[in-house]
Amino acid sequence: MHNSHKNNHSREYSHIGTKAASVEFSGVSKIYPGNVIAVDQVSLRVEAGELVTLLGPSGCGKTTTLRMIAGLEKASSGAIYIGENDVTGLPATDRDVTMVFQSYALFPHMTVDQNVAYGLKLLKLSRSELKNRVENGLALVGLQGYGDRLPSELSGGQQQRVAVARAIVLEPQVLLFDEPLSNLDAKLRRQVREEIRDIQQRLGLTVVYVTHDQEEALAVSDRIIVMSNATIAQFGTPQELYAKPVSEFVADFIGEANVIPVYIESLQNNMATVRVGDHEIQMDSNNLSIGRAKLAIRPHQINLFPSERHNTFDAVIKKCTYVGSHIEYRLDSNLGELFVVDHQTDSVFEEGQLVGISFSTSGPVLLSD
Amino acid sequence: MIDTVSLADRQTDSPKHTVQIFNRTALLWLIVAIVAYSCVPWYMLEDGFWSMEWLDGYPFDTDYAPALFLIAQGEKLWLAPIGIAILLAIPAAFLNNTNRLYGWLLITAGAAGLIFLCAQGLSIGIRGWTADWITTLFGELGDRQFGMGYGALLTALALLFFLTTGLAARGAINGDAFVVGAVGFVIAIVTVFIFFPISDMLSSAVKNDDGLFSLTTFYEKFTHRKIWSLACIDGEQSCGVAWNSLFLAVLVGFFTTALGLVFALVATRSGVTQAKLLRPLTVLPIITPPFVIGLAIILLFGLSGTVTTFVADLLGIQPTRWIYGLPGIFIAQLLSFTPIAFLVLIGVVEGVSPAMEEASQTLRATRWHTFKTVSLPLMRPGLANAFLLGFIESMADFGNPLVLGGNYDVLSTEIFFSIVGAQNDQGRAAVLAIVLLLFTLTAFYAQRKWLGQKSYITKTGKGDSGQHTLLPKRILIPCWAIALTWATFTLTIYGMIIYGSFVELWGLNNTLTFKHYQSTFAIAFDENGWRLKGAAWDSFLTTIKIAAIAAPLTAIIGILTAFLLVRQNFFGKNTFEFGTMLSFAIPGTVIGVSYILAFNVPPIEITGTGVILIISFIFRNMPVGVRAGIASMSQLDKSLDEASLTLGASTWRTFTRVVLPLMKPAILAAMVFSFVRAMTAISAVIFLVSAEYNMATSYIIGRVENNDYGIAIAYSTVLIFVMLAIVCLMQLLTRQTRTRHVV
Repeated sequence: MHNSHKNNHSREYSHIGTKAASVEFSGVSKIYPGNVIAVDQVSLRVEAGELVTLLGPSGCGKTTTLRMIAGLEKASSGAIYIGENDVTGLPATDRDVTMVFQSYALFPHMTVDQNVAYGLKLLKLSRSELKNRVENGLALVGLQGYGDRLPSELSGGQQQRVAVARAIVLEPQVLLFDEPLSNLDAKLRRQVREEIRDIQQRLGLTVVYVTHDQEEALAVSDRIIVMSNATIAQFGTPQELYAKPVSEFVADFIGEANVIPVYIESLQNNMATVRVGDHEIQMDSNNLSIGRAKLAIRPHQINLFPSERHNTFDAVIKKCTYVGSHIEYRLDSNLGELFVVDHQTDSVFEEGQLVGISFSTSGPVLLSD
Repeated sequence: MIDTVSLADRQTDSPKHTVQIFNRTALLWLIVAIVAYSCVPWYMLEDGFWSMEWLDGYPFDTDYAPALFLIAQGEKLWLAPIGIAILLAIPAAFLNNTNRLYGWLLITAGAAGLIFLCAQGLSIGIRGWTADWITTLFGELGDRQFGMGYGALLTALALLFFLTTGLAARGAINGDAFVVGAVGFVIAIVTVFIFFPISDMLSSAVKNDDGLFSLTTFYEKFTHRKIWSLACIDGEQSCGVAWNSLFLAVLVGFFTTALGLVFALVATRSGVTQAKLLRPLTVLPIITPPFVIGLAIILLFGLSGTVTTFVADLLGIQPTRWIYGLPGIFIAQLLSFTPIAFLVLIGVVEGVSPAMEEASQTLRATRWHTFKTVSLPLMRPGLANAFLLGFIESMADFGNPLVLGGNYDVLSTEIFFSIVGAQNDQGRAAVLAIVLLLFTLTAFYAQRKWLGQKSYITKTGKGDSGQHTLLPKRILIPCWAIALTWATFTLTIYGMIIYGSFVELWGLNNTLTFKHYQSTFAIAFDENGWRLKGAAWDSFLTTIKIAAIAAPLTAIIGILTAFLLVRQNFFGKNTFEFGTMLSFAIPGTVIGVSYILAFNVPPIEITGTGVILIISFIFRNMPVGVRAGIASMSQLDKSLDEASLTLGASTWRTFTRVVLPLMKPAILAAMVFSFVRAMTAISAVIFLVSAEYNMATSYIIGRVENNDYGIAIAYSTVLIFVMLAIVCLMQLLTRQTRTRHVV
């Protein structure tokens, strides 16, 4: 079904236009009764036609941010713009923003057609145009011929597509997704997220997408906003976040990282001489100044050697776990406990064995203390 | 970053669909106001609005005239400022709703109009100025006015919605005109029909016989020894009514809770599946008029009761009237209210997570130890809740004490007798009502404040697996014994009612007869065709009619209030909730007294009409509608509403297209429940019935007072079966709707 509709994209998509607009927050805060600060002085700008993910642990304020774009929560202070318009005071009804909910929120007493037509009916379209747009919307998500069914008669994945169709047919300025994949099983997730990305790119939609799954965020986004404690920890492309995290939190949240304390001893141009334990390493200074700092190293950026090698740190294998494609090690060293991923699965170190470790020359990043 | 000028430009350019709708709202209410003010009779009509007799002489006859025509003829000039307020709002209909003036015009017009409408209504009555200080201020009026009619009602509504629409336009509750309007409407009706009559009653408690303010009179009446005397402790005389009521309520609360717990345990933890058959028992109190149990007890234990005569014959002793008084009321209330406790406690007992009990058992605890140290403590808040419910119900009960009271006076019946008896002392009735209200409100407050926070209900909705531990033997056996005895007793009672309705004259002439049914519900056929000849048809049909009008209104107001409470956030929401739930704690007798005191005189003069009955039912049963609505709305995913909003639908459209259709079962349940409750109610009704609008229950009580037991019982039996049929029909209907949705 999915493949068949892909073959005639051009025809189906021609009827669904886009009014994609940018989203801008200017010093927006949300404070709940009891002085709970959910979002603290956030400023950001999502460009028109861009897919931006709000990523962070639960309670970081990402969902509140999304709901403020929708108008379901009112900002306590600051201003929100969609396109050129200040929408800060507008309720959800009057904003040109639609949303795909985590639970899909399909109206259980309406058929698929009625669900998709729900918002269109308010636009006072002619009967034939309404019908056309509903059909186009369902065709877009590959659900032609399902119009007469009730949501309860569809699978979870199909319900999700109806929710997407219902939101897209209104040609919103901004389309929002609130953890759209969390109710799908693992195999469907990859497929659905590719479909969402596909539709977004073809229609040129502005999409803001909330997730707590960093892999999902890396896969679908043009840019990612990492949130922590009601503020933005970092805003950048997936590559930037992974290769150049600005804080220990981001480094650890986007892919795992070992973070160890280091000391920057001297600087020369952009290169720093860094003291790590008993050794000195040369690396990009990341605009830091002399003094205490932290070094973030991805698990696969640590190399293991039998102990007698020269110029390595000493460590002891504490725990060794075989997981198929690679082996995970937990090491004890005087740098602290380290987590290492080794893709060499034929030479296995044993628990309790003394090993030498070294860091990849590119990859590890200096972070401010 | 952005200068203010361009900001303002952006604002006006923004695509707002509401511009039109907002003005339409203003226009709609403006038209209602103008029509009501200039075309609809302002005052209450003696023959009723729907008789249409007023068309003769309309619009110039001053009894029937709309406000505009009255003023034009130089009559009732004090209505003119209300017209000016309406004129003030006219420009608003032609303004953009973002215009500051739009909001302020509507607020000013609405608030000024409403304030003036209330002020003139309260200060000018049948005998001119209603208070001396107004007379001294303005001099004699030389004119008077009657209760407000439809013209005034519609004008008041329109003014109220001017105010709320204006407030919404100025940004109240996110600027949502529907929500502000609904909140305003509910506040207004609760104020007029609960707070106004209650405070009116309170004020009559502090007036002396001349109608003057007097704290000493209040103090005398409040501390009267007939209320607070403790003479019964040394056994000499009877105690005061307050102590009588309190003692009875505590006793009933305690024993209904204990019995309810026994039933709940047997039903869920005996391991016997047939125990589920106990569940239908919970329907009994809903379909039984409150005094019917009392009647059946008289049939069993009264002077010529079956048991009494049997025992008297057996032991050769003189039959006594021992059942009249505390024992009778206590047994009747125990039978009436235990099912309510059962209903509450079955939820509590099932709510204790089986995992906790299983955990306890894996830790080597015996069943008895588990029950004592885990299950029972977890149920404690539920038990307290059931106790308070039994307490409030007993305090408020009117039917059983009336039938069985004897010399044991309680507050609810004393209130009645101070009004209708030879004393006709409204001040005393008001004082007694205050005492009663103090008890029930304290219990209500305790229930909410103290128990509201403390819930050990461990259900998470995630399907706790595991089985409830069975009861230990040493508890199970006594539980079964009590439950079976009680069930047999209940069946006997209901059997007695049915059997008694066929007996010629109970205790004296035990021949079977259809006489009672014939005299109440006979249908005759003569030259004029079919005719309802039975004496009860009149009150029966009135009851059905009134209940049928009240039920949908109760359900709508209840569901609307629930929607506001569950789905909306606004300043003062807790107070709002407390206000709407308050009438649950106000005993029917208190409502009855306060209604006849408050609505016997202008501005709202509806005593003796069907309207007052309908209104009393709506506000008596509203908390049930609200509770049902809250329970069912909490099950509805909030994102359904939010999805509708983000798709561009207004709150009004969301409410009508998404929320209401999904709440159909709850609405139906609330309707049936309020219908049935309206049919069985007695405590408030007995004050409010009139010759024209007599209700089934008050008719039956009248028969009982004449010792006409046969007719009373036959009529009660018919009521029970009618209501049983209705409840069964509802069960069937809701089951159907449910299966259709779930699929």
